[in-house]
Amino acid sequence: MEVNEQIAIDHGLKSDEYKKICQLLKRTPNITELGIFSAMWNEHCSYKSSRLHLKKLPTKGKKVIQGPGENAGVIDIEDGDAIVFKIESHNHPSFIEPYQGAATGVGGIMRDVFTMGARPIANLNSIHFGSPQHKKTKNLLRGVVHGIGGYGNCMGVPTIAGQTSFDSSYNGNILVNAMTLGLVKKNKIFYSKATGLNKPVIYVGSKTGRDGIHGASMASASFDEKIEEKKPTVQVGDPFTEKLLLEACLELMAGDSIIAIQDMGAAGLTSSSIEMASKGNLGIEINLNKVPCRETKMTPYEIMLSESQERMLIVLENGKEEIAKKIFDKWNLDFAVIGKTTNSKNIELFFNQEKVAKIPVNILVENSPMYDRKWKKSKLPKKNKIKNEVLNKLKIKDVLMKILSNQNICSKEWIWQQYDHTVMGDTIQKPGGDSGVVRVHGTNKAVAASVDSSAVYCWAHPLTGGKQVVAESWRNLISVGAKPIAITNCLNFGSPEKEDNMGEFVECVQGIGEASKYLNFPVVSGNVSFYNQTKEVGIKPTPSIGGVGLIKDYKKMISMDLKEVDNLVLIIGKTEGHIDQSLFARTILDEKNGPPPEVNLFNEKNNGESILNLIDKGYVKSAHDISLGGLLVAISKMCIKGNKGIKINKSKKLINEIEYFFAEDQGRYLIEVNKEDLKEVTKILNKNSVHHEELGIITQNDMIINEKTKVTIDELKSYYTNWLSKYMS
Amino acid sequence: MKSSVITFPGSNCDRDMDVALKKFGFNNKMVWHDDNELPKSDLVVLPGGFSYGDYLRCGSMASKSKIMQSVINFAKSGGLVMGICNGFQILVETGLVPGVLLRNKYLEFICKNVFVKLDNKENSYFKNLNKDIFEFHIAHNEGNYFCTKDQLKEIEDNNQIAIYYCNKEGKIEDQYNPNGSIKNIAGIFNKEKNVLGMMPHPERMIDQSLSGEDGSIFFKNLINNIK
Repeated sequence: MEVNEQIAIDHGLKSDEYKKICQLLKRTPNITELGIFSAMWNEHCSYKSSRLHLKKLPTKGKKVIQGPGENAGVIDIEDGDAIVFKIESHNHPSFIEPYQGAATGVGGIMRDVFTMGARPIANLNSIHFGSPQHKKTKNLLRGVVHGIGGYGNCMGVPTIAGQTSFDSSYNGNILVNAMTLGLVKKNKIFYSKATGLNKPVIYVGSKTGRDGIHGASMASASFDEKIEEKKPTVQVGDPFTEKLLLEACLELMAGDSIIAIQDMGAAGLTSSSIEMASKGNLGIEINLNKVPCRETKMTPYEIMLSESQERMLIVLENGKEEIAKKIFDKWNLDFAVIGKTTNSKNIELFFNQEKVAKIPVNILVENSPMYDRKWKKSKLPKKNKIKNEVLNKLKIKDVLMKILSNQNICSKEWIWQQYDHTVMGDTIQKPGGDSGVVRVHGTNKAVAASVDSSAVYCWAHPLTGGKQVVAESWRNLISVGAKPIAITNCLNFGSPEKEDNMGEFVECVQGIGEASKYLNFPVVSGNVSFYNQTKEVGIKPTPSIGGVGLIKDYKKMISMDLKEVDNLVLIIGKTEGHIDQSLFARTILDEKNGPPPEVNLFNEKNNGESILNLIDKGYVKSAHDISLGGLLVAISKMCIKGNKGIKINKSKKLINEIEYFFAEDQGRYLIEVNKEDLKEVTKILNKNSVHHEELGIITQNDMIINEKTKVTIDELKSYYTNWLSKYMS
Repeated sequence: MKSSVITFPGSNCDRDMDVALKKFGFNNKMVWHDDNELPKSDLVVLPGGFSYGDYLRCGSMASKSKIMQSVINFAKSGGLVMGICNGFQILVETGLVPGVLLRNKYLEFICKNVFVKLDNKENSYFKNLNKDIFEFHIAHNEGNYFCTKDQLKEIEDNNQIAIYYCNKEGKIEDQYNPNGSIKNIAGIFNKEKNVLGMMPHPERMIDQSLSGEDGSIFFKNLINNIK
């Protein structure tokens, strides 16, 4: 097939990008080469619209062993141990085929982690669906949950936390972000940089089929009504093979045979081989006839662009082929020497004794396009004036009932009960808490992880929203007693070619950067997903932040369930009554405008560190951060989980009662302390200038507010627990 | 006391079982599915997981793997063989225990704590336990126990039902049945009571920091019974 500009455009390349290819090659590419360019230069693989801005994120820190640029980020958790982690999107495939899309998203991120030598120890996910009333939502939710469970459960890796939201902006573009944490010894981390000449290049894992061809290109395009036709671009997952691949790779990694290793993820053999060569400043030569294929008569083009799952590419030390082969044979996996490293600095492909492609590696990587897209700055919206008369008409109990049973607040147990969250025998905080926590096997340490996003805030004011998500992640780790270490981000946005959407991206990234820098909470890995739009309508900007922290003594872990009657609950942080963009404003007042709550990074840091200090001294019996839904929702969850009541007495002089209970001011927590410790706790908080006040005293049953409103624990439970299972039945 | 845990391709609770057995004093060995011979053992455990991906009927491929012939011989000569979750599915596929395990009634994977009631303490597993109701953990997609009427009669006549799903107080009712199992059956013995298959995972409940400690009680008692 003769390549021309139209064919290039059909491959998702722009006209000027095609011209640049011809110029760099000094000739017209053949179809295989064009395929390779289209795979490497699409948005998903090249980050061409985002690179310029991502560079500004803080990625370094004392605890950072590896920042962005590898398969995943790596942080130091002391004693020679390290945690490898990353979050990644699988949005487009999951909308087209929810089960396989979500399943392979989970499979892909786990591969990213064990490619680096780490055994996966925890999975998390952040999933976002359209309005519950939308005709597709129920099936998409069911499919995605089954897919995540189907893959993770079979792998035997616990799914310990997650986030689910519903918003009509996802009606045509759901989001599925999967995150994995792995444990590795610091001196046994594997990288993707190939070194040395004439080293054997090994293919292991599943055979290559025609599935997923052009998956990465599909993920870089917008949706229209013909989207169903793209089903063949969705990969098919085989978690059993991945489990074997995991065990086989870890077995091989225990020795010293591997120089470099890279999983075949997006753009399959193309991106994995090119990345390894590029990082090592080498060439690579592959004989495509040696690639194990599942189907007959596959062309070089198809072999290079297939996104068949559960495959790895390894550069071995010379003479280690037999050792490696024996291990992969034991695990019944394909093993083939398919090529070698060269000093040509080209990627050269052979098929039936003919050279079918030859491209300088640096053209594909360093010369890949980078755009400084036009973007629109957003203004902070004006505050709404909410009249006291409106608020005073509302009954607290009615409002609480509506908010607790709101789809974005209510219990997600229907979802996480379908995920194995206890396999590996180290899960000490299950889903439903502020963070999931797993012990570092065989030690007294534990690792906490949480995943968060606040699309509504980001939509209202991207800069504030970006900061807020990082702050929330930080709070969720603090609330379980973990010292926050680093984050990974999954940036889900609309089209970068539209100034509004690009502006949301730029300013969210700026917000994330500011907060992570201030909190010393660097970004060590991540991924960008653009073009989350259907027929010109983009999703609400949705950066998902995955935070990881360390608990040095797992016995000091904190959970949110109220522990003991007669203990006091304190509010940490100041309640100013910010109602705009709160769940209350949206659901009760039907008010969708206004600014999100302000994020004061000084207070975030100060409040969080002070709480960690109190936890370390043993004063905190339970804790929970105050976020979506506000104060009363936060304490309700603590009552429900602890099966205890509370007597709340709000002092009269302050802001309106409704604002007090449902505002979403940031930087706040609830902590439970023993009466006898109150003096000492107050002293510490005062010394650190942390705003605090008493919310109430824990009782055997019932929530009683200002002696006039009574809600029983059973009522709270029924509001909170029933919505999702009813919706899905 | 010597124990062996069999690792099949796709097993994923093999390490957890190894940790639990060692914690309570077993000298445990991991045994590869492709081996011919079992090491000398007082107890053989088939662990949970997704052997061979469970792409065919759960447990059916594993029941035909090389090591299983030795396990079957060991069981037939009176040796203690315990199958947990996928291990239980493998046991029914070998025919060592009667019945089959169907997909859960509500067609969804379930991971949660449940209560189970012991029916029969005249066996090496439950003898000397001083309570009847245990809080265990389940995590499965195919735990819906089923058998024919004739089989059920035989099972009941021989006291082969090991544990039932129940509530905290030990009430065995439909509402406490997580997966649709016939008669709320969560675990079952062979006729001779030396082979036990059950869906719950006691190995996930061996520490106060985990889902609970009833697993510890079970394992401590088990090793004492074998001694």
